Amino acid sequence: MKAEIKILDVALDISYCIESVMSPECGGIDVFIGTVRNKTKGKTVLRLEFEAYEKMAISEMQKIADHAFDRWPLHSVVVHHRTGVLNVGEVPVVIAVAAAHRDAAFEACRYIIDTLKQTVPIWKKEIFEDGEVWVAAHP
Amino acid sequence: MTIEVLAFGIVKDIFGRSSMPVELDEPSVAALKKLLEQKYPRLKQIASYMIAVNNEYAGAEQPINMHDEVAIIPPVSGG
Repeated sequence: MKAEIKILDVALDISYCIESVMSPECGGIDVFIGTVRNKTKGKTVLRLEFEAYEKMAISEMQKIADHAFDRWPLHSVVVHHRTGVLNVGEVPVVIAVAAAHRDAAFEACRYIIDTLKQTVPIWKKEIFEDGEVWVAAHP
Repeated sequence: MTIEVLAFGIVKDIFGRSSMPVELDEPSVAALKKLLEQKYPRLKQIASYMIAVNNEYAGAEQPINMHDEVAIIPPVSGG
């Protein structure tokens, strides 16, 4: 049972995330890879800028991983999240979850990304051709 | 007592800086929010925001001590 949580300002290494949860005890690995989409509500996105309150973000992600280990029989979890400027197609987040059986891996991975989006103090700004906006900031 | 409040995302834009000294008469989260909203009415226009004390989300009644790390957490949007 282990979790590796990191915030990085360089390109995320997807292969590393997957390989580091691989284990003979596991029958499945579920991976979520977030990618920068080129449009929001029909509007062309040029790039995203991610900012994190790093210390708290790490601690909140650790809590999410701890809860996942409590709820499902998992073997290991990796969560890597980017900060800085990301262009379309680049990867802001990678989550890899390994478990003996696939149901646990699927459910836990879904739980981790959904909860991360709700509680972890990381913010993204969308940059458009004609302006920029902090996502979710306004009602 | 004066505390330094950390700002992120849209709150950094509202403050025009990443941390702000705040003079608090009543050292609680609720008092801090009230004071900040008086000084920066734009805070009331954002969807919601939380206060974190020492890297934990804090409730309204939570006291704030001199050396606590206090941060304003606007709606998060990671992932």
